[in-house]
Amino acid sequence: MADIRIENLRKEFGSFVAVQDSSFTVHDGEFLALLGPSGCGKTTTLRMIAGLELPSSGKIHLDGEDVTFNRASARDIAFVFQLFALYPHMNVRKNIGFPLLSQGMPKAEIRQRVEETARLLQIDHILNRSVSGLAGGDRQRVALGRAIVRRPKCFLMDEPLGTLDAEFREVMVHELRELHNRIHATTVYVTHDQHEAMAMADKIAVMNHGVIEQFGTPQEIYAKPATMYVADFIGSPPMNFMRFTSGLKSGDTSILLDGVDVAVPEIHQDMTESELALGVRPEHIRFSDASPLRGAVYGSEYLGTNQVVAVETQGGLIKARVPANRSFRIGETVGLEFNPAKLALFDCISGRAVPSQLYQETRHG
Amino acid sequence: MADVVLRNLAKRFGDTQALADLDLSIRDGEFVVLLGPTGAGKTTTLRLIAGLERPDSGRIEIGGRNVATEAPAERDVAFVFQQYSLYPHMTVYENLAFPLKAPVRKLTAEEIDRRVREVARMVRIDHKLENRSTRLSGGEMQRVAIGRALVRRPAIYLMDEPLSSLDAKLRAELRLELKRIQKELGSTLLYVTHDQVEAMTMADRIGIVAEGRLMQVGTPREIYGNPANLHVAARLGQPHINLLPADLLPGGQPPAGTRTVGARTEHLDIIVGKDANAEIDWIEHLGDQNHLHIRAGNHKLVTLADPYLAIAPGDRISLTLRDPLYFDAAGQRLS
Repeated sequence: MADIRIENLRKEFGSFVAVQDSSFTVHDGEFLALLGPSGCGKTTTLRMIAGLELPSSGKIHLDGEDVTFNRASARDIAFVFQLFALYPHMNVRKNIGFPLLSQGMPKAEIRQRVEETARLLQIDHILNRSVSGLAGGDRQRVALGRAIVRRPKCFLMDEPLGTLDAEFREVMVHELRELHNRIHATTVYVTHDQHEAMAMADKIAVMNHGVIEQFGTPQEIYAKPATMYVADFIGSPPMNFMRFTSGLKSGDTSILLDGVDVAVPEIHQDMTESELALGVRPEHIRFSDASPLRGAVYGSEYLGTNQVVAVETQGGLIKARVPANRSFRIGETVGLEFNPAKLALFDCISGRAVPSQLYQETRHG
Repeated sequence: MADVVLRNLAKRFGDTQALADLDLSIRDGEFVVLLGPTGAGKTTTLRLIAGLERPDSGRIEIGGRNVATEAPAERDVAFVFQQYSLYPHMTVYENLAFPLKAPVRKLTAEEIDRRVREVARMVRIDHKLENRSTRLSGGEMQRVAIGRALVRRPAIYLMDEPLSSLDAKLRAELRLELKRIQKELGSTLLYVTHDQVEAMTMADRIGIVAEGRLMQVGTPREIYGNPANLHVAARLGQPHINLLPADLLPGGQPPAGTRTVGARTEHLDIIVGKDANAEIDWIEHLGDQNHLHIRAGNHKLVTLADPYLAIAPGDRISLTLRDPLYFDAAGQRLS
């Protein structure tokens, strides 16, 4: 296994810049998710790492070696597309062993490797079955087995769970992560699904228009979003924005929102008067009759352990995640109270977060 | 609007019993969601009510009248399908007005215009009334399709996974809107889906369907908190309910005959370090909450935890049950 170091990677297709000067490192054994909507450059980035696409400029190092212009076959990686592609006329054992057979590995060694891999995936009891009769989960495991049996330096995966229905995807997300916990293979995983990225990755790169907007652990990305784009892309429901116009001074610990003083993490930068947004995660809102920030309940969504309540305020529709034990009437007036330590501020023009104590705070958990 | 009553409804396709003995009463103005996997019989139920299929046996009443002999058009239902089917050569306005222009409706042009604009506002497409329907995003097209059902005031709206082709964010938005519009109009609505979040968040009552049978009907809170059997318990809740052998964890008081204990997040107490009987396998950070993956004996559990709980993989914990759910060998709930 190996680390992957990307330096100033750039890809242009004609006048279109698909990837703009990206730099990041995937450490040995780490699971990185490239996350973003379609067209953001995540698949192009992955294809360049794989050698399926040549960069316009920049460098790719794999295990310390510059592989920027090496062919795909000389890179010792395994590329996993949609996981379902199996050879229907072969049994499970032959499907898994196929990549080794085509490398010319001796039969006895193939046998040993295939059995090891099958044990890892807990499919050793079906090795001699035909793949055509297998249930969806087992098919997926066989396809994974075929990818990991070669023990490549790293795995590259392009939306491998994209075609599965929601419930089964959940199961496979857990299996992929548990497999990663067992074999610690350096992995780069492309997805547009924030839930997959949050659930599996050690690090996430959130991409937009060919640019990495933020690179960090799932917790950092969630709790300390660098831009409004990231704050809105991650979280369901996403972060609420309450817009207001004001100047800021370094050292300020409150802002004026709709005429109400709202405590915020200490601000670390002066800003002239401009359009700003207060960013509040749904779970950092509490209902309190004492709060002067008021709104009317627009709707509520019961989710079992908790519920999401939408509240119409002067600053727009705000969604709060609160305990499920209380029922709300549409139109009911509620007061909103925020957890001050968790609030973010954004400059609406640049979309960037305003530096504050939130971004200094040491990480928990 | 009207109430709809289904009695002993059955339908077979070849060797497959698509529906068996289905009894369901939908009250006037009620939002009922049928939740179940593909092939459970949800869509068949809608098609029987709409008159697109004939039942092998049983009775369907709409507004108190037996509709067995009525053609689909006479039944006064509006159907919204998963795939939006708009008239591509028409504008949004014309698509919305179309169902009202049938001569039998005898509506004046002013009345049609008023209804179209009202519905367009409700589904938030009023800024694009003059656009061609082909020049809309997927979400906008589906809003027009829903709007086209809403302009009519049928006895009941039948909706077959109308949000499933949309992306997650838009789906969340439309969930909230659809529920509001339905309450605003006081419409009777039967909605089928395999998405538990849609069922939980929109339904007045949920019907859990499996293999052609209706297993339980109740409010989302009843179905979640008081499931009749293992199947129903496993349909709702994220993460999934943990199903464990009766003697695995302390703290329970299993009644005689208990085979399985069902433990959701709210049924598990975690104490770090003290008298450990379990271990943290790994932690899934989902932002607003963490999923703790726990190993107890040979069993794996998943439970929600506060993201700021100081806990790490490998930590030993004591896991205790608090009023969990008990099921017998046949999977029926014991109390």
